[in-house]
Amino acid sequence: MELSHRLADDLDGCFADLVEEHQDLVFGVALRAVGNRADAEDVAQESFVRAYRALRQYPAERVKGMLLRPWLARITLNVARNHFRARRPLADLDVALEVPAPAREEPVVLAERRDERRLWMRLMAGLPERQRLAVGLRHVEGLSYPELANALDRPLGSVKSDVHRGVRLLRAAFEAEQRIIETSETRKAV
Amino acid sequence: MNEALTEARLITRGLRTLHERPPAGLAASINEALGLGDHYVELPGPIGPLFVAFGARGISMIERGGDPGSFEEQFRADFGRPVRRAAKTPAHIERAIESRVWGRQARRGPVPLDLERLPDFERQVLLKTLEIPRGEVRPYAWVAAEIGRPLAVRAVGNALARNPVPFVVPCHRVVRSDGRIGQYGAGGPEAKRAVLATEGLDTDELWRLPAAGVRFVGSDTTHIFCYPSCRNARRITPEHRVPFRSVEQTRRAGYRPCRSCRPVDAPGRAA
Repeated sequence: MELSHRLADDLDGCFADLVEEHQDLVFGVALRAVGNRADAEDVAQESFVRAYRALRQYPAERVKGMLLRPWLARITLNVARNHFRARRPLADLDVALEVPAPAREEPVVLAERRDERRLWMRLMAGLPERQRLAVGLRHVEGLSYPELANALDRPLGSVKSDVHRGVRLLRAAFEAEQRIIETSETRKAV
Repeated sequence: MNEALTEARLITRGLRTLHERPPAGLAASINEALGLGDHYVELPGPIGPLFVAFGARGISMIERGGDPGSFEEQFRADFGRPVRRAAKTPAHIERAIESRVWGRQARRGPVPLDLERLPDFERQVLLKTLEIPRGEVRPYAWVAAEIGRPLAVRAVGNALARNPVPFVVPCHRVVRSDGRIGQYGAGGPEAKRAVLATEGLDTDELWRLPAAGVRFVGSDTTHIFCYPSCRNARRITPEHRVPFRSVEQTRRAGYRPCRSCRPVDAPGRAA
């Protein structure tokens, strides 16, 4: 039986299955939104608690028809927003700051892309917040466009354009990075 | 165009490396926060299968197997939250059962037990009972004396009758001083006798000795006296075995109590 149906029948009995199945998504979305693991863990936990309370109140028919993934993503984004309401808006600067700036004297390291993750983290950190979140949800966490539109509560076209614009900016930044590497390698070779 | 496509793929592949797995304890802490962290398993027990319920703090409820539905209902009635059947037994629970119920593994560290909701007195009774070795028995009066409430013998009996975790906390190893086996929450006196028999205890001796006026046995070589089922008492050879009816009698004979079973008189029997 589908999870949403099982939740409608026996919330207490099946909620742990929901957590098991979707913790990856919820934690991932939280991490995209808040930028560090410690806060993401708090947000993920709070999101599931809210999801439980909501399911508790919904009539069974409504629960049965729910699309759990975008619904959970949406709750998580709301919780993340509240989590940081009192703090600075750009928490993911943390991540950006943890990553060292491209070291000019070590272009070879970059060229070999020994740490691919760092590169992408840094490139993502360069995006405007709105596009970074859209790209992150789409391409890091794997939400589909309809799920993304649902989670962000925005029209499909608008989230698509955020993602496309974000990817375009990433590509430009990526190419610029490659050029720096190539130039410095040429310089080295000379 | 082709190059652009490869690059797009490169970007999406690169972005996927940013995905991170949630921390290992996340699901458990969520379930705990919601009061949904309780599970149970069905395991073989000494006199038939057992349902063993456990949460983050440890084993919370044990009952003899039967209808899972009524076990789940009982759990909800006692704890005010649901319990779900688990697919497998967590290692620390399995270890606890292996060592406490079956004596198959050395006891190591504290037994994972969740006795939080019990009143202090009951918890003390259960933790004291946990110390009684497999295959041995102690009177209710011993538990009472050991926890510093020598007159609370009846209250000890009541606390043990309500033992939420029988077999692990071996309430079956607590018997009456007069040799009667006493009550047993997990199936009455016959079940109690059966469990003790699986541990190798001579249950006939339980009443035979007190009927003959024997409460303690001593050794005339060491001048130490024990409860009859104490492992030190069993090492005494028949020709050196001295029966006693009271602690007072042992004192007059110049015997001292065994340091492992720490025998005491039942209150009101001291003379």
